[in-house]
Amino acid sequence: MDDVELRVLVPKVLSVLVRRGADFATAEDAVQEAVLRALSAWEDDAPSDPEGWLITVSWRAFIDMARSDAARRDREVRFGSDPPTGVVPSVDDTLRLYFLCAHPDLTPSSAVALTLRAVGGLTTRQIAQAYIVPESTMAQRISRAKRTVGRAGLDRPGEVRTVMRVLYLVFNEGYSGDVDLAAEAIRLTRQLTTLAGVPEIDGLLALMLLHHARHRSRTRPDGAIVPLAEQDRSQWDTELIAAGVAILQAALAQDQLGEYQAQAAIAALHADAPRFEDTDWVQILKWYDELIRFADTPIIRLNRAVAVGEADGAPAGLAALADIDENIPRRDAVAAHLHERNGDLELAARLYASAAHNAPNLAERDHQTRQAARLNQLLRHQQ
Amino acid sequence: MAKYLLLKHYRGAPPAVNEVPMDQWTPDEVEAHMQFMRDFAVRLERTGEFVDGQALSPDGAWVRYDGEGRPPVTDGPFAETKDLIAGWMVIDVDRYERAIELVGELSAAPGAGGGPIHEWLEVRPFLAAPPTITE
Repeated sequence: MDDVELRVLVPKVLSVLVRRGADFATAEDAVQEAVLRALSAWEDDAPSDPEGWLITVSWRAFIDMARSDAARRDREVRFGSDPPTGVVPSVDDTLRLYFLCAHPDLTPSSAVALTLRAVGGLTTRQIAQAYIVPESTMAQRISRAKRTVGRAGLDRPGEVRTVMRVLYLVFNEGYSGDVDLAAEAIRLTRQLTTLAGVPEIDGLLALMLLHHARHRSRTRPDGAIVPLAEQDRSQWDTELIAAGVAILQAALAQDQLGEYQAQAAIAALHADAPRFEDTDWVQILKWYDELIRFADTPIIRLNRAVAVGEADGAPAGLAALADIDENIPRRDAVAAHLHERNGDLELAARLYASAAHNAPNLAERDHQTRQAARLNQLLRHQQ
Repeated sequence: MAKYLLLKHYRGAPPAVNEVPMDQWTPDEVEAHMQFMRDFAVRLERTGEFVDGQALSPDGAWVRYDGEGRPPVTDGPFAETKDLIAGWMVIDVDRYERAIELVGELSAAPGAGGGPIHEWLEVRPFLAAPPTITE
């Protein structure tokens, strides 16, 4: 039994406790306690009924917590200490947990943390390591999130849109810490597709799979960025790509287009090209126009300008760039690329240097610095 | 979900509104200031936004490599009061606006006469990990 198999049980066990009358916040702490015990106790000797074990241990932990809480407040505990039996949790409860943990009243970072613990079954320490904050800070963030959710009331349903947003944030955070957040986001999104038949969730899953498939080729072992044009496509995971494309096609067939399906379609077209030169930029551009209907953001317009540059030439790309706010991150990087392709190397070199200066992350800064250095060396040789 | 460094230093910032050197404050005023800083960190821990905070000794030295087989050269300290870095705090917040709000609160730390110092603090974003989806 590996950690993932254990984590799959967490929302089910939590649902059982809540349905037995336990309050969500305490029950969630109790399940976390049981997970921590399972992680050490199951290493050599996994129980024959892991779910039953978790229910028993977390129910006892809940009773202990409720009793000490009651003692503090001088109240009676109305629960028996016998673990609940014969309860088969329905999938609906897990779905409800997704909504609860991505409640619209929560800030994005709180929703992410609560989702990873209560639905994902990760420990506080793992979540803290993934986001590089102290464990005590992450514990407080989760308790606070539960108080917010408790105040808002459990009966008010969340929105599938915020759930998807939270999962997208988890996926997009990258690959730090001892837990692969991208893989965890994929697992949670895949589980969500089985609970709710919404084409956009399928689109989100396809988007994740198609990006995850190219993950190995996106960076060098030292962390340096490898641009799409230079990636070793033999490293792309063709099985994941095929799975992503199949899920996307089934979603698109339902004719309820949304932003994740449109983004996944763009990713699928990139994944479909055997060589960079084979990329169908005209189709990609069409999908960017679709995407803008759902999410007209400067970042998407910036990426669209790249596609225009490839489909219709650098001057057209630069024209598409002209309307985009100069303060958008990576705008200088895109402008530099288009000016280089247009033959204006001096301006491109200056823009790469500016892109490096304004880069939002270290890998991007290093990449743009290399680009500027490459062009400046070329210019020196030309003199 | 972005980290910011709140840096307390005196390099290039305009003078604070309530600019009196700390050694001229009353002991109670000094104590109130320190309590404010402790409370601020505790409050950020409770909101799940605290990452790290440190104060720095004013004593420092400049160091540089001096060639193969030679010990590093040290020099200084030349730091004048106006160049000191007094300390920092690292926070992890959802939005830039929230970072600004917190820096504003930190700048209200009490000083001479018990009123806020209104000191200038520098806020700098961390260079984060690259996102997974970029195109």
